[in-house]
Amino acid sequence: MYGIEKNVEPKIAAFSSDNLRLTCSVEKPFPYRIYPIGDQAITIDFGNLIKDEINAQVMALFYWLKEENLHGIKDIIPAYASISLVYDGALIRKWAGHGLAYQYMEQYLTNALQQLDLLALPSTRELLIPVCYHQSLAPDLKGLCEEKKMDLDEFVAIHTANPYRVYMIGFLPGFAYMGSLDERIVAPRKRTPRTHVAAGSVGIAGVQTGIYPFASPGGWQLIGQTPLSLFNANAGVPTLFQPGDLVQFEPISIDQFYQLKNNPS
Amino acid sequence: MGIRVIKSGMADSLRDAGRFGFQHLGIPPSGAMDNVALQVANILVGNPAGAVVLEMHFPAPQLEFNSPTLMALSGADFQATMDGVELPLNQPVLVSTGSVLKFVKPLSGARCYLAVKGSFEADEWLGSKTTNEFAERGGFQGRNLQKGDWLAFAKPFSYEVEESAVMPWTANVRELYPQGPCYLISGAEYELLDDASKQCLNHEPFQIALNSNRMGYRLQSAPMHLGEYKECLSSGVDFGTLQLLPDAQTILLMADHQTTAGYPRLGHVASVSLPSLAQLNAGDSISFQLIEMATAESLFAAQEKHLRQLKNACNFRLQEYLSND
Repeated sequence: MYGIEKNVEPKIAAFSSDNLRLTCSVEKPFPYRIYPIGDQAITIDFGNLIKDEINAQVMALFYWLKEENLHGIKDIIPAYASISLVYDGALIRKWAGHGLAYQYMEQYLTNALQQLDLLALPSTRELLIPVCYHQSLAPDLKGLCEEKKMDLDEFVAIHTANPYRVYMIGFLPGFAYMGSLDERIVAPRKRTPRTHVAAGSVGIAGVQTGIYPFASPGGWQLIGQTPLSLFNANAGVPTLFQPGDLVQFEPISIDQFYQLKNNPS
Repeated sequence: MGIRVIKSGMADSLRDAGRFGFQHLGIPPSGAMDNVALQVANILVGNPAGAVVLEMHFPAPQLEFNSPTLMALSGADFQATMDGVELPLNQPVLVSTGSVLKFVKPLSGARCYLAVKGSFEADEWLGSKTTNEFAERGGFQGRNLQKGDWLAFAKPFSYEVEESAVMPWTANVRELYPQGPCYLISGAEYELLDDASKQCLNHEPFQIALNSNRMGYRLQSAPMHLGEYKECLSSGVDFGTLQLLPDAQTILLMADHQTTAGYPRLGHVASVSLPSLAQLNAGDSISFQLIEMATAESLFAAQEKHLRQLKNACNFRLQEYLSND
């Protein structure tokens, strides 16, 4: 059913599924830079590129660090090409001996990266997300189609052709930055952001696509809407998406949209 | 046993030290803005330092105590009165049933914290009791207090007094709030600033704009520019991150900050300076001083040590006082 995940084989190949044409390798780390983002937070940065291979390495490191669960690390925030750790400076400093807490964390990250290729990656979840591309729910779709001289069905076929990777979550609780879009449907942000975007709206911006979990202001071009609720505060993990997920969109009719919206199973 | 909100303030909300462990899902920590005042208020009444407190701004609420308790105020000075009698900050107060706490006028600071012995009953969400207004979870029903709300105490306090009384000891907080410049650790894009902008960051005042809130302080200064334009991918940010916006002005991320952002990072406020920062109001000025990581860490360690000593001293006095009767 919709939204229900299936687990892909838990191995390195989890990040190299053929339909994404990935050539993922976690054997050699990409060049990186480590720097502070405060005196109790540190970032390891793999560069300024949205690239599946780089993000795969980010996810490998993210899940490894989560598994390690080093006491004193308060948050691990993966992004497109970086991971930031928020740590308890007082605690880490105790273990750092005469050194700085920052130096301890820097060393910890360097070591972690070196150990990565020895470790199996956690399984990648695949989620099937229904999206209705009806123009009543997709205020920017018609204009985009005209601009790109393609008909609506073609646009939808391209947007739903392959699964997208959840590169990171940010902006709003549960807002997944996914990609990468087929270059034929790449489009910039709106010049003037909307003051109100409906919850569930599917948008595109550059090579990214994403879904607004809450009604909020927003600048992405809106091409559809999902009837699913992406945030459930009562669940142990309150967001539908998690970093590293693979997300396949499936087009549905406006009737199906309201059916699913009114009778969430 | 608890407090009735007779009149609500501008944004009264329950806060603890923050909700950590969920920033990878886009959920910010949203703890108390002034982490030192949170701890001092709790320490004064013998609570764990990170227990739930009431964070208040001015106009502040009017609160009626329907049962006895031991309370303390810390942070901003809003000229508190209990049944018309002025109350000091940073001193524990034995409260009698029926007492009314009011705040007359804002004398200094931006946020005042109220702790009661045993803390408040609050909704827990994802391991923390701090309020998240977006998810409408944590704290008091996930929202700010309103007139008529009943703020229950988590534990009974049976030390009944005829009249509210201020206890005869004070937490000295002066050293917990460094005076002078706001200490900054240089950010990943600091070196990309052109020379004039570096000058500006190090020597010019930054004024806090009106549209500042718990998410971030908008700062006004001379315009700043990167020598070479750099597109940044979104990545993790933290409480205290100073970002350069496309309009050549800056924003300082505060307790309700987004978990990720993509603007150039000029610097990050050192932990030791965050509480002072949290006590600034719109219109106030900040000047920054870059410091090394080693300095930032030792200043923070000294602040932590000071808080530990305060805790030991307060626990000793409290035990002595409350058991002697």
